[in-house]
Amino acid sequence: MIDFLKSVLGREAPSSKNMAKERLRLVLVHDRASVSPHLLENLKEDLIRVISNYMEIDQNALEVQLNREDDSVALVANIPIIKMKRTYQDAKV
Amino acid sequence: MGEVIVITSGKGGVGKTTTTANLGTGLAALGNKVVLIDTDIGLRNLDVVMGLENRIVYDLVDVTQGHCRLRQALIKDKRFDGLFLLPAAQTKDKTAVSTDDMKKLCNELKEEFDYVLVDCPAGIEQGFKNAIAGAERALIVTTPEVSAVRDADRIVGLLEANGLRGPKLIINRIRPDMVKRGDMMNIEDMLDILAIELMGVVPEDEYIVVSTNKGEPAVLDMNSRAGQAYRNIAKRVTGEVVSLINLEYDEGLLNKLKRLLGL
Ligand SMILES: Nc1ncnc2c1ncn2[C@@H]1O[C@H](COP(=O)(O)OP(=O)(O)O)[C@@H](O)[C@H]1O
Ligand SMILES: [Mg+2]
Repeated sequence: MIDFLKSVLGREAPSSKNMAKERLRLVLVHDRASVSPHLLENLKEDLIRVISNYMEIDQNALEVQLNREDDSVALVANIPIIKMKRTYQDAKV
Repeated sequence: MGEVIVITSGKGGVGKTTTTANLGTGLAALGNKVVLIDTDIGLRNLDVVMGLENRIVYDLVDVTQGHCRLRQALIKDKRFDGLFLLPAAQTKDKTAVSTDDMKKLCNELKEEFDYVLVDCPAGIEQGFKNAIAGAERALIVTTPEVSAVRDADRIVGLLEANGLRGPKLIINRIRPDMVKRGDMMNIEDMLDILAIELMGVVPEDEYIVVSTNKGEPAVLDMNSRAGQAYRNIAKRVTGEVVSLINLEYDEGLLNKLKRLLGL
């Protein structure tokens, strides 16, 4: 609240602590993904399972990665589709 | 049966050795039998912080390589009968100790001591692996800086990957004046980012330098604010619930007045 008032009143430039927090938030997205390579692998498997309910996809060509922009990180998936299904079907477990 | 606690951080110079010396001395002052192991091979330091550098005969590598018995290498503290130090080797290289050596050593020591504190070297290589090998609890030391917090986050992940869950955080060198003006991350900021529990907060304190000069841990000085913080941390390690004292956040009477008056 105090921080908010200060910034509205323009008394202070954005505090360096907020810059620290923001930079940490972004850098840790990458760090955590690389400490645990299983995480992206598990995500891939889950994605395949869910998407297969709707379409047939090329599982071997599927790519999942984190893309870093200036002030955001995005999860980018490239999933080649082989065939659309006509209706929704529960995935076979 | 005692507990083995590793004090680690990733980044160097954030206060692992200071914390090990003060926490160990604090636990001994509470009446516990404590042994401190310096695993920073080649960069031995815990001995000078404890003021025990003149008493070293054998070291960690002498023990693991069988040049002496474990008992012979333990140096008794000057102040407390129940406090001992196992110094790091200064001359041998880091590969002289294996994770199996450390597991065996820690298991042997916790038979006899209430607390076995392991001072971890900086980095995430062999020295880190050795330091955590025999530990069942971990304390992560960080300072309120981007690089230190980032490294601490990595350590949380690596500890978890090695089956050491629930590490607790010690925030060192916090400066209430800088926190107040928004130029330093505060306690909540860091807990929010790292998502681990807090064990304690140690303020920046000149007395740490004075105490290191003398080889007398600050925890024994009743006038040191960092010392007070370490006394609290020692109690929390034993399971006592101690709230964060105001002292840890104290901005001083003069500054408080100034702030109230809007100066
Ligand atoms: N709370 C503190 N206030 C002031 N100086 C500190 C504090 N904690 C540590 N220091 C100083 O910082 C330096 C690094 O501390 P040290 O414990 O050796 O770090 P590490 O073992 O993590 O490399 C030392 O010179 C020490 O005296
Ligand atoms: Mg050290």
